[in-house]
Amino acid sequence: MKAEIIIAGFGGQGVMSIGQVLAYAGMHAGKQVSWMPSYGPEQRGGTAHVSVVISDDAVDSPIVSVPSYAVILNDPSLEKFLPKISTNGVLLINSDCITSEVERKDLYIAEIGASSIAAAIGNERVSGIVLLGALVQMTSLISREDLTKGLADVFGGEKQHLLAMNEAALQAGERAAEINFTFPII
Amino acid sequence: MKPVFTKTAGLTDKPTHYCPGCTHGVIHRLTAEVLEELSLIGQTVGVASVGCSVLAYDYFNCDMTQAAHGRAPAVATGLKRALSDDKIVFTYQGDGDLASIGIGEIIHAAARNENITVIFVNNAIYGMTGGQMAPTTLSGQKTATTPEGRSPESEGSPIRVAEMLATLDGPRYIERVSVHDQKHMLQAKKALKRAFKAQKDLAGFTFVELLSTCPTNWGLSPQDSLNWLSLHLSAAYPPGVYKNTLDREVQ
Amino acid sequence: MTKLLMKGNEVIGEAAIQAGCYHFFGYPITPQSELVAYMAKRLPEEGGTFVQAESEVAAINMVYGAASAGVRAMTSSSSPGFSLKQEGISYLAGAELPAVIVNVARGGPGLGNIQPAQSDYFQATRGGGHGDYYTPVLAPFTLQETIELTAEAFRLADVYRTPVVLLTDGLLGQMMEPVVFQQSSTPVQTESHNDWALQGTGGIRAPRSVTSLELNASGLEKRNLKLQEKYQLINQSEQQADVYFAEDADWFVTAYGSVARTALSAVKHARSEGVNVGLIRPVSLWPFPTETYSALCEKTDQILVVEMSAGQMIDDVKLSVNSSVEVVFYGRMGGAVPDPEEIFDVIIENAKGVPKK
Repeated sequence: MKAEIIIAGFGGQGVMSIGQVLAYAGMHAGKQVSWMPSYGPEQRGGTAHVSVVISDDAVDSPIVSVPSYAVILNDPSLEKFLPKISTNGVLLINSDCITSEVERKDLYIAEIGASSIAAAIGNERVSGIVLLGALVQMTSLISREDLTKGLADVFGGEKQHLLAMNEAALQAGERAAEINFTFPII
Repeated sequence: MKPVFTKTAGLTDKPTHYCPGCTHGVIHRLTAEVLEELSLIGQTVGVASVGCSVLAYDYFNCDMTQAAHGRAPAVATGLKRALSDDKIVFTYQGDGDLASIGIGEIIHAAARNENITVIFVNNAIYGMTGGQMAPTTLSGQKTATTPEGRSPESEGSPIRVAEMLATLDGPRYIERVSVHDQKHMLQAKKALKRAFKAQKDLAGFTFVELLSTCPTNWGLSPQDSLNWLSLHLSAAYPPGVYKNTLDREVQ
Repeated sequence: MTKLLMKGNEVIGEAAIQAGCYHFFGYPITPQSELVAYMAKRLPEEGGTFVQAESEVAAINMVYGAASAGVRAMTSSSSPGFSLKQEGISYLAGAELPAVIVNVARGGPGLGNIQPAQSDYFQATRGGGHGDYYTPVLAPFTLQETIELTAEAFRLADVYRTPVVLLTDGLLGQMMEPVVFQQSSTPVQTESHNDWALQGTGGIRAPRSVTSLELNASGLEKRNLKLQEKYQLINQSEQQADVYFAEDADWFVTAYGSVARTALSAVKHARSEGVNVGLIRPVSLWPFPTETYSALCEKTDQILVVEMSAGQMIDDVKLSVNSSVEVVFYGRMGGAVPDPEEIFDVIIENAKGVPKK
């Protein structure tokens, strides 16, 4: 298998950390992984994205031109990446942050009000983790177990205090995905 | 018979290339004598800079490296950080090297309080390249690039390095001395000794500015050069201790 | 062996420490700044020295000083800062001092931008500063290889007493992938510099000097001839390249560093569609692996050079093959990074022109 994932949103939405959780989770699953951020001025306030590749074989290009998975956290990112997602790809959207319509019908789509779910848990900043929960629920990309390990890698240590909240966010995401999910219509 | 004078072991036997009446030779000797008297020759690594004293590595009887123009304090930083604490590192720099192209390096080495000794030879002119204006050239002084005399309006005013560095918190000891007569030479030697002793005691950054002559490019005889130094250079750059935060026993 | 997920810049730092480099002098510049921060944190833990220099110029000269004392020393930067270091690199070459200089390259010229680029190839492989000299240049393409080549850079520096450039780019510096450090229980074997390093005479030997100055023309010519002999020896002994699908490829794409990864993706994709193409990846950019190219001349009528520049390595490729091989070029500039699809399209386009053997 080879999964090419784009996570995109505003700087500060946790785009880079979500990508790291996935990369670590991939490692725990015994896969080859790569994590490639957009970096520089666009990180500070503008849009930021990260490309994550999880693969059985060595990752040649860490650059993702045709993502099979996309986690989108704002409108500009949706506009940029929607046309690039592969047919039958998976699209997760934080519908609290996105106003535009998704005009493709050939994707697995989950539109989840991740910000409001996160706010209800206690901190809007875990909205990305809510989406990761949804991703686990919707796909077999990563097991729940490996994802939990990945979360501990990224939010362990100094960020230990965030672990409980992140776990709650994962569970909320899983529940949300069960009810906000559409299949490709071709 | 007991010898009354011997050449210092801190200098090699190689004849220097300096012009007649140039006081680089005096400053080399004073430095070398101090290293000898403090028994430091065998544990010293010097840094020669670019300018008339570029060949100083041939004259000092210790290990020497040679730095790019102005970079001696950075090179000395690398050396000092790589060597054990008992090793002594000094730079030997002219005014073009230290105060013009290398002004950044000297300020930051001083600010970091690097445990090195900087020997700054100020003769208010570029010697090696043929007598051009230095940052320390006096107002009105004629040089190859200020044929009508240095004008503060177009060429700016002299930089007083000792005073400037003394405004920093980093340096431990900054003194300006002259070598135009025996009395001043002895004072200069005392200053150099204090600086090297302080480095040996791990005190930190020490800086001795020595007012020096350039008969060739000043267009004066050796004796007139010494007079000009004492009259004009010393007036623009008053000798004295500009900073001293050394412990009493080091002083 | 533990797999660690690390950022490229940090991998270089850890690899240097594990290669026995405990003296680092740096200055912040994107996209290499994580390396400086990593050394600031790690070197004190190892009893080493980290100095944040006042400039790139000062940093390379601090390396010169530390190298004069015979220790393994390193500095790193990105393109504009790498330009500033050229003076010091020329002095290191002239004084025959070992050191490693990392360039995490970005778009230029001038301030350019902070995105990945390969436009410093000429500067890196042609000496870069003044005078007749070369520096070995190593270009890793994965983070695991970065570990190996960082150690290799120090080996070359020590053995040949020369500055060595590790040339990566913003993509390799910023990306993360799992790496394994083969921790050895014995300390790293470094060359003994007892015969030239400056550590004080100890009163038991003659004073030494380290300098690049030689006022006498015949003396300086002799010194240059000795340098050239060394470069010839490096050229004969230290060429490195990897060739992919050499056995059945009718023709080749060639690329180095991060672009080689993308090119490899594209080559595999093209092969899955029946295009018999291979990839030549230079690992040492100087010495350029001419022997690898000339050996493949018989097999191939065309080489497609892909670079993130206006075409710099292509000159070396042309010098390495005979006139029967057509050398074509595809490049992006200014921090634009070609993606695998893009290179795939170029391969398909060029494959049409390749006669089947």
